[in-house]
Order: sequence, then structure tokens, then C-alpha cells
Amino acid sequence: MTVVERREIALVDLLDRLLAGGVVITGDLTLRIADVDLVRIDLNALISSVNASVPSPFEEIL
Amino acid sequence: MTGLRYVYAVCRPFGTPLQSQLTGVGGAPPALLRHHGLVAVVSQVPAADFCEEALKAHLEDLDWLSVTARAHQGVIDALTTVTTPLPLRLATVFQDDSGVRTMIEAREDDFLRILDRLEGRVEWGVKVYLEPEPAAEPAPAGQPASGRDYLRRRRQSTHATEERWQRAEAFARSLHEGLSRYAEDSRLHAPQNSALSAEPGRNVLNAAYLVPRAHSEEFVELVDRTKDEAPGIRVELTGPWAAYSFVGEATP
Repeated sequence: MTVVERREIALVDLLDRLLAGGVVITGDLTLRIADVDLVRIDLNALISSVNASVPSPFEEIL
Repeated sequence: MTGLRYVYAVCRPFGTPLQSQLTGVGGAPPALLRHHGLVAVVSQVPAADFCEEALKAHLEDLDWLSVTARAHQGVIDALTTVTTPLPLRLATVFQDDSGVRTMIEAREDDFLRILDRLEGRVEWGVKVYLEPEPAAEPAPAGQPASGRDYLRRRRQSTHATEERWQRAEAFARSLHEGLSRYAEDSRLHAPQNSALSAEPGRNVLNAAYLVPRAHSEEFVELVDRTKDEAPGIRVELTGPWAAYSFVGEATP
């Protein structure tokens, strides 16, 4: 087993925190993500579909 | 005026100025908006990108999401070096400053309580992966001698896979218990999809731990010590993060 420490933060780790964590503000004057879980599901679907057809398009951004 | 206010975090007032080169989402420099006893860290973003409809479309665009998330994190990171920020969720946007002030007034007590709880603490992320199965199983040579032989081999292979899973889960459980005892609080995130993470192996634990900054070194050592405990298992540590996963109420 190895313990890995990275310098570059992976996008998934960021999204775990920025889309599932952080204080959620609701109110009339706020515009916010309507349903983050839905966004997450769409995102996963998007990724699996792109992943299936194109070999590895994410290396630059992840 | 078509700008909206993007809010990154709420903090107690702090003395040190932000880095002058710091840019936020969309490239605008973040500013401090003081109200009552709190400071909101805000920047101006174009309404064309952040109105509800545009935002919905953008959030399905991985490149946009990636750039935006990294810009948000950049500001939070800079804040973490000068204070303990209370990070808000990605893409929290208000029409104008007065909207931000109204929000601060409405949530003031919550903010102060959570800021007290988080003061001087950071978040560490720990993930456990079951490494991909070794490519060449020491398979018995040759074709199965009979139907019965074939079925026996299949059973053995299924059994081995199940055992690896159980070992990884037991390892993850015991690591989580150990780290939870050390940390002040912990949260379990959903295991990450390997298509999204592009990480080899299956993610069996994806946890966050709230640790006083002063004890972080020991926490990292604690994770490090598990190094040689289990073959076929990989542990990954991320952080220190602002306490994104601990902005709600403490778990009793």
C-alpha cells in the first residue's frame, strides 16, 4: 500500500467539497444551483458517455 | 450595470490584506464587504454567465465547471492563509451588495456559531482504493479438464474477488474508526466514480476529517503509518482544506 500526496488538486475532490459542502444560502436575492444532486448525476452521466466514446479527454483538466 | 455578486466565504474581520494579485471567478479581484461583525468575500461576475439559466447550462460543461471551481478554491485557499473562512457552496450569487448584506443579517448567528467551531481547524481528505486486480492470476495451466473443473475454477476466482473486497472494506472501516477518534469530527462523502476521478482501482472510502491546525502533523503521520498494513490497498491524503465539509451542525 502507498500513501499518495499530490500537489495538483483533482477536480473530483474539489467538486466533493464545492458542490456537496459549503454553506448553502437560500433566499429571494440569491441565485443558486437549483438541485446540486441532479447536477452531479448529470455530470456523471456526461462523463461516462464522453468516456465511452472518446478515450481520455479529461487528463488536461483533472 | 450587469454585474452580480459572487460570494466565496464569510469570515470574521481579519487584519492581513489579501494578496494583491489574487483573482476570483471570471478573473475579477475579490473584495471584502464588511457588515455587522462579519466580512463577506465577494467579486463581481457577469450576469450573462451566472443568471439561473446560464448557470444551469454551464454546470454541465466540465471545462467551465473546472475553471470556476479552481478559481473559487483559489480564493478560499488565499483566505485560509490569513483567517479561518466559512466557505459557501460553489456559485452562490446575489443581485447586488444589499442582497449580500441582507443574507449576512439573516444568518449572522449561524455564521458566528460555526466560525467559532471551525476556528483554527482544517479539513483533511482521506480516500482508500482497492487497487485493480493483478493482471495475471496464477491460473492453473491448460484448459479445464471437465465441466466440473471449469466451475470449480470460476468459483475460486469469484471467491478471491469477494475476499479482496471484504479485506478492503474492513481496512477502510478500521482506518476510519481510528482517524475519527483522533479528529474532532468526520464526514463520509460518496465514493468517487473512477471515470470521473481517472484514478486506478475502486474507491471504497472517501472521508473528510476536521482537525485542529496544530494537530495536523500528527494526523498526517497517523495516515502515513497505515502505509504497510495492507497489500493491494492504496490510501490517498488531500489537504489541508478549508472546512468545506463541516459547515453544518456538528454531529453529536
